[in-house]
Amino acid sequence: MTPRLILNPQQLDITIKRLCHELIEVHDTFRETVILGLQPRGIYMARRIHKELQQILGVDDIKLGELDVTFYRDDFRKKDLVPNTTSIDFIIEDKNVVLIDDVLFTGRTIRAGLDAMLAFGRPTDVELLVLIDRRFSRHVPIQAKYVGKRVDTVASERVIVNWKETEGEDKVWLLTQ
Amino acid sequence: MKKKLSVKHLLGIKSLTTEDIELILSTAEQFRDVINRPIKKVPSLRDITIANLFFENSTRTRISFELAEKRLSADTINFSAAQSSVKKGETLIDTVNNILAMKVDMVVMRHPNPGACVFLANHIDAKIVNAGDGAHEHPTQALLDAFSIQSRLGSVRGKKVVIVGDILHSRVALSNIFCLQKLGAEVMVCGPRTLMPRYIGDLGVKVEFDLRKALEWCDVANMLRIQLERQDIKYFPSLREYTMQYGLDMPLLKSIGKEIVIMHPGPINRGVEITSEVADSPQSIILDQVENGVAVRMAVLYLLAGRTDN
Repeated sequence: MTPRLILNPQQLDITIKRLCHELIEVHDTFRETVILGLQPRGIYMARRIHKELQQILGVDDIKLGELDVTFYRDDFRKKDLVPNTTSIDFIIEDKNVVLIDDVLFTGRTIRAGLDAMLAFGRPTDVELLVLIDRRFSRHVPIQAKYVGKRVDTVASERVIVNWKETEGEDKVWLLTQ
Repeated sequence: MKKKLSVKHLLGIKSLTTEDIELILSTAEQFRDVINRPIKKVPSLRDITIANLFFENSTRTRISFELAEKRLSADTINFSAAQSSVKKGETLIDTVNNILAMKVDMVVMRHPNPGACVFLANHIDAKIVNAGDGAHEHPTQALLDAFSIQSRLGSVRGKKVVIVGDILHSRVALSNIFCLQKLGAEVMVCGPRTLMPRYIGDLGVKVEFDLRKALEWCDVANMLRIQLERQDIKYFPSLREYTMQYGLDMPLLKSIGKEIVIMHPGPINRGVEITSEVADSPQSIILDQVENGVAVRMAVLYLLAGRTDN
């Protein structure tokens, strides 16, 4: 296994900032928009984006939720799935939702996420933001509107996103087996 | 954290490991969140059919299981012995095999004979959940009791729990003892000598015959119902005398000088083992137990159905 660095800490920081500005371009002050991070790993990305957005806009009331999709997955009985916490303490009815995950691969997690999200209401508009888009790997027709970095990978490769909060470093690695 | 249960069926708490119990409780935590959402349903078990076989009366457990199944999107069929061919002399295995021939994946069963579920698990090819077998075990009740204690007091470990009443005929008592001990609680049983199994001390529980002393010792009191339907002989002179000795009322509860949590697995005989005033007091978590029951049963069904080795 030879890990290859895709994003170093500086690049990751720039990417997050750029994604935030792209979001602000569309969502302005985030009055009508909420952010949902997908469990388990998308929440760190969502928290980072949330923090950065609030800093740029100088506000402290952008809504951030964490959504677990375990019960909505289609690979039940194919894998042992242990649920994580969902914490959404606001209504998403008639809001714009930005779903955030770290890596977009087959698209199945996002598909389950769309289902899971509907249990909290009917949003006006849903967009997807991912840090890494693994191109040409999709199993379902799902694409991200905001993408940090696109990489071309094969199924045997893995993308590992490490965060300062959990792994002690802000780095994205590509592992080839 | 462990990802799957070590067992294929839920036959009793005795056969579960501590990690199994912790996995069930942490999964139940997520399901309690689900059932408090505007849309209380998830599609996890949409391709599973579950048969609820109740060879013995039940309101709470049966409704709770049925709701849990429906909230997981499983298909359910209900069966009660009163309206069935059991009356015509059909054996248990035949009854169940006939139901399974209609492509049922899981069986939730309550049966008056201890060990009925174990017997079934050895002979048929479906997942079994024990919803109470005679005076043996009632695993989901014990799990929801532990879950309720954990929710109220933060943790089960180190807590002192007394189980009061008809220990001899109670499957709730036995399952609770196993479950609470595995989670690190201290357990005491309290009741009349005649309703105390002879070797109960061998399970590592304290035995007390004085209710006041038991209450002064404990953090949680689980008050059991006197199971008159299982008592073939008279174990005490009268219900009134039982109530005087082992009934919990407000003056007694106030007099022990600390706040303890009151539980009851239901159905309550108000005025016998517990007065209305106590049952409806803020210290009582009886209705929380009922709510938690659905979440815990969802967790059990989800974890059993989701095992990857089949």
